[in-house]
Amino acid sequence: MSVLSLFGLQSAIWSPSQLNRHIRQVIESDYRLSDLWLAGEVANLSHPASGHLYFSVRDSEAAVRCVMWRPEVARLRRLPRDGEAVEAHGHLSVYEAGGQVQLYADQIRFAGEGELYQEFLRLKAALEAEGLFDSDRKRTLPAWPRRIGVVSSPTGAALRDVANVLSRRYPLAELILSPTPVQGEAAPAAIVEALRAVNGYSRPDVILLVRGGGSMEDLWAFNTEGVVRAIVDSNAPVVTGIGHETDVNLADFAADRQAPTPSAAAEIATPDRAELAAELTQIRQRLARAWRQQRETLHSQLAEQRVALGLGSPQARIANARQRSDDLARRLVAAVRHELALRQAALRGLIQTLSAVGPETVLARGYAVVRRLADGEVVRSIAQVTAGDSLGVRVSDGSFGARVEGN
Amino acid sequence: MAKKKPVDQLRFEEAFEELAALVEQLEGGEQPLEESLALFERGQALAAHCSQLLEQAELKLRQLAPDASGGYSESDLEIEAE
Repeated sequence: MSVLSLFGLQSAIWSPSQLNRHIRQVIESDYRLSDLWLAGEVANLSHPASGHLYFSVRDSEAAVRCVMWRPEVARLRRLPRDGEAVEAHGHLSVYEAGGQVQLYADQIRFAGEGELYQEFLRLKAALEAEGLFDSDRKRTLPAWPRRIGVVSSPTGAALRDVANVLSRRYPLAELILSPTPVQGEAAPAAIVEALRAVNGYSRPDVILLVRGGGSMEDLWAFNTEGVVRAIVDSNAPVVTGIGHETDVNLADFAADRQAPTPSAAAEIATPDRAELAAELTQIRQRLARAWRQQRETLHSQLAEQRVALGLGSPQARIANARQRSDDLARRLVAAVRHELALRQAALRGLIQTLSAVGPETVLARGYAVVRRLADGEVVRSIAQVTAGDSLGVRVSDGSFGARVEGN
Repeated sequence: MAKKKPVDQLRFEEAFEELAALVEQLEGGEQPLEESLALFERGQALAAHCSQLLEQAELKLRQLAPDASGGYSESDLEIEAE
């Protein structure tokens, strides 16, 4: 782009689709426009064969185009009428092909429902302040519910949905319906009584309080104080599955667990048969493996014990005894020999001692033993001899004669 | 060991929980042969019992209704398919 504008700046050139896409992105990036209520009067309503609903919501000065797709239209209690005061909920975006900014509505409240909503908020605040919605008073659900109370309409889709889910997931349980109307003026008191009756007579492990979707008016029973208190007072923990994903009511706040739909409530309350079967298969494998290992350990222990047992058999004991007697004999001989050797050594010692103190040693040192030949007396004193006596003199290596010459 | 209930009289959750505990015990491997064998055999019976219950179970449907005495009583319930 080489051409400069009069102002010396190049302005961007957009195609319609680029521009509409950009506008759409700008609008969709504003979170306030992604979730809003638009209040006003319905105009230019059209409901073609496609099932979608096209209309405007306007006040005295302006109008906003609205579109509601068929699935949401199907959930409306009734269609709005031109000129009727409504509140439409949805998100703002752009229909790019036509460039219209419009509200994509997912919910429509009719005149008067706004007042209901105010009542809802007031009651919610009061019950909340009383602590009825506190998380610490919520009970845990039993892992294996045997008896499952269902408080619902006997003719509604909610009961059928719950029964289907329970049949598929956990048919080991028993479903006990405590039937009650779930909409209309009698509904709040009837729901309270149905909860009381099933608690008192059937003693279920868990209670599912369920109802299919509807308008805020339809679900009003679940926003009444009586129902909230009956849930809080229930002996068995209560799981609510009321309306569709987006509906929230006071019963949900009071429940021990809250599920978005009746089917989801049944799922939350039960273990799944398929998972149980898989777990069972796994546990069976562990059992077989543990047993195999035990057996192997026991086999090797057995082998060891067999060896030990062989050592204790009669043959082994005889052989053992034989060997033992041989061994003893050998040890006896050895012991005797040893004793003998000891004694010989002792004897040699004694002989040595003896010879040390005996006359031979003394004689060897030059002493002599002198005896009178006449009587053999050892001469110890000069008084014992007179001149002329014959003597025998013993020295270390023998004896010789001698005569006394004088004294 | 405490005297145990016959396997076929156990509810699913009782059998399942006993089986899980038993497998752990057997995996610990502290018991003599005779006891191990007894554990293994009971384990197999428990597992078979659990499988059978799971496969054969059919959801029981009951309905609570006011009775003549002014209280409530249960009776069988039938739900027509859609």
